[in-house]
Amino acid sequence: MADYETHSVDVLVIGAGGAGLRAAVEAASIGASTAVVCKSLLGKAHTVMAEGGVAAALGNVWPEDNWKVHFRDTMRGGKMLNNWRMAQLHAQEAPDRVLELESWGALFDRTPDGRILQRDFGGHRYARLAHVGDRTGLEMLRTLQDRAVAAGIEVFMECKILRLLAAPSGAVCGALGLWRESGKFVVFSARAVVLASGGIGKIWKFTSNSWETTGDGHALALWAGADLVDMECVQFHPTGMVWPASARGLLVTEGVRGDGGVLKNAAGERFMFSYIPEYYAKETADTIDEADRWYDDKSFRRPPELLPRDEVARAINSEVKAGRGSPHGGVYLDIASRRSPEYIRRRLPSMYQQFKELADVDITTQMMEIGPTCHYMMGGVRVDAETGASTAPGLFATGEVAGGMHGANRLGGNSLSDLLVFGRRAGIGAAEHALAPGRRPESDPGAIDRETSSALGYFDRDSGESPYTVHAELQETMQSLVGIIRTQDELERAVELLGELDERARAIAVAGRRQFNSAWHLALDLESMLTVARATTLAAIARRESRGGHTRDDYPDPDPEHFGKVNLVVRRRRGETTVAEEPIVPMPAELAALLDVGP
Amino acid sequence: MMTPDLGAPGAPPTVTLAIWRGDAGGGGFHDYTVPANEGEVVLDVVHRIQAELAPDLAVRWNCKAGKCGSCSAEVNGRPRLMCMTRMSTLETAEPVTVSPMRAFPVIRDLVTDVSFNFAVARKIPPFAPRPPGPDGTYRMAQFDVDRAQEFHKCIECFLCQDVCHVIRDHEENKPRYAGPRFFVRVAALEMHPLDTLDRRELLREELGLGLCNVTKCCTEVCPEQIHVTDNAIIPLKERVVDAVYDPVAWLGRTILRRPRPTPAAVAAASSPAARTGEVIVTDPPPTGQAG
Repeated sequence: MADYETHSVDVLVIGAGGAGLRAAVEAASIGASTAVVCKSLLGKAHTVMAEGGVAAALGNVWPEDNWKVHFRDTMRGGKMLNNWRMAQLHAQEAPDRVLELESWGALFDRTPDGRILQRDFGGHRYARLAHVGDRTGLEMLRTLQDRAVAAGIEVFMECKILRLLAAPSGAVCGALGLWRESGKFVVFSARAVVLASGGIGKIWKFTSNSWETTGDGHALALWAGADLVDMECVQFHPTGMVWPASARGLLVTEGVRGDGGVLKNAAGERFMFSYIPEYYAKETADTIDEADRWYDDKSFRRPPELLPRDEVARAINSEVKAGRGSPHGGVYLDIASRRSPEYIRRRLPSMYQQFKELADVDITTQMMEIGPTCHYMMGGVRVDAETGASTAPGLFATGEVAGGMHGANRLGGNSLSDLLVFGRRAGIGAAEHALAPGRRPESDPGAIDRETSSALGYFDRDSGESPYTVHAELQETMQSLVGIIRTQDELERAVELLGELDERARAIAVAGRRQFNSAWHLALDLESMLTVARATTLAAIARRESRGGHTRDDYPDPDPEHFGKVNLVVRRRRGETTVAEEPIVPMPAELAALLDVGP
Repeated sequence: MMTPDLGAPGAPPTVTLAIWRGDAGGGGFHDYTVPANEGEVVLDVVHRIQAELAPDLAVRWNCKAGKCGSCSAEVNGRPRLMCMTRMSTLETAEPVTVSPMRAFPVIRDLVTDVSFNFAVARKIPPFAPRPPGPDGTYRMAQFDVDRAQEFHKCIECFLCQDVCHVIRDHEENKPRYAGPRFFVRVAALEMHPLDTLDRRELLREELGLGLCNVTKCCTEVCPEQIHVTDNAIIPLKERVVDAVYDPVAWLGRTILRRPRPTPAAVAAASSPAARTGEVIVTDPPPTGQAG
């Protein structure tokens, strides 16, 4: 029998980023005993890395803005693959969620008349992002953290969840965890579990994501029998740092472009004018003169630098491939020649500091070297729009780990609003499920024994693979074969290599004690990473078209007749991962009519 | 500047870190030599050591971009974020020492038990806003939110707690002292334009504000350049004095003739120029920090 402590709650939330904390606050407020478990310390979640802002049609800067325009922008940005009901709820509820956060203490930057200031971002027709300089995520996370602490919600820190626990009926009823500090096991028994574990960025080599984003929630859901959706849709943010090598991938906020920054190639040319797709031609400026007027007069068309992220990332990739890149394999992002040093330091203080300290570059006088970096997972657990319920009973998901809201490509700023809107909804959904009458489902203690023995197995071998080596090779494989531009041959090669890496991961040997053992932690995270890498690669093989964050060199165009009408669903049954096409439910006529609004 | 060990001709440069390894029972410094690359920070080298020489080395880190405050440690005895300390700023002819924060109990290697901070956070009464305006929303001028926004930059790296000599070598003070991080937190609430609570009694009685003798070590180590002493602690001390007539503090103010900050001075102190360090003059580096 494994040795472990147990905790029993109504609602267990896995992840203490914005979505998890928002869900926990809501679940607790309606009377469910609620606990949050997180892999790092409270307050360190990846939400703090969000820079530019939270998208909500408050209409403070442009009164013309409203939820209908936001809905339209989101659906078009997602290349219509989105769960339209989620996109609708998101656009409708985001303003209230932002104002609510303000009433909880968040201090957003202000308009001259004292309301919340909003900034321009790619793909948003109006200046829509409420923000705090370029550290919006930190402001939001700290506000939610303080709210959760004040509500007395229990937070179990530095605990890695290994597996979800399920009753024989399949109902999820808790989770098995590992205290990273002591190396001991813990069992959480719960009536409902909310996954809020974030993304999967650490399976790529160049990523803006922190060490935690190893796809734990995606893998836990798959292992528990829940469906994943849109797993082929991965966002490569156009502007990550490219130099120094050790800082490669660090995010450079889209706010730089929203605030006037432009992209240039080695010849000094604003190359984005050569990459305006037909889909956005009607709303995109085709001369520098028109583009520059747009910042102050929205009757002009928007600059091509503010096309959605998928378009800009592909354009940069093409410029570099054509030999017009910067010395370190990126292109230039220039705000120095366009805005005053005072303006840049006030609007982008942390970018100023990041480049000054890490690259010796003064962004008020010099151009930044940037290139695409893996940033966000659109795909994730398939959920009910209203409640966040997954296809596994008792299991809910919210935030980046949930799929559907963003379709094939997420607009900047829509992630922070997503986590507020659907964090709250998942909190309600989970609490209502947990508080409904009925017996508490119980898992099989034998399963706990099997999983703890498996986790300890890494210590049994005297010699074997290093988890650091296996991780580095996984990242190389995904970067080179499942990156921004994909082909059938490379994707199939990736599947083969992933199979080999699965074998090698099973041969990992970990030395030393169980107490805060970094190699062991990585070995356990690799179980998640290899699972989601396979899910992503298989889905990428199945979608034989290009759409949003999924670009196939061998199928360069969208296929509106077939793939435009289906989502890809990944499932795991009897140890096999499969991909199935499922038709997209047509949206009601009144929503469809909104898509034609405006240019 | 970095002076890499060139070794044999053509061999890549290397760097040596002396990392403290051990646990609550004790430990010591171990030298690790690995290849050095241009532009790296201390955390990059620590990661290479993990991958190549010491797989079970315990270290906290998350964002590697100076935004989450996880990788706090003492580099050559100075409290620093490892992710924002470039190797090129360190003298590398001798091994660079990396040790855990000294103000907190060691768990293992570079990981310390920072639960003290989370316990203090729970003592502070949360934000309590006044009712919104007639349209259900709030109006606040940028000028009025600037001050509290400076404090909201805090990434909770706890380096200010680590360097604060009230608790650095005085475990016995912890039960009655909150530390600079939480004076910043209370200042953020007290200077929030919408907040309605009065936390001055709490500052004096439970959070031990009076124990701080304004040596500004916390301001020195803040990676977010928050003017912890000038903009948070001193104004809070003034407020506490205003709330509780204190003849000693009054005498001190009179003798030292420290001017009360005028609204204009407060505005200047929270301007962008002040945040880049052009206005406020900080003290020389604190002494006595060698771990």
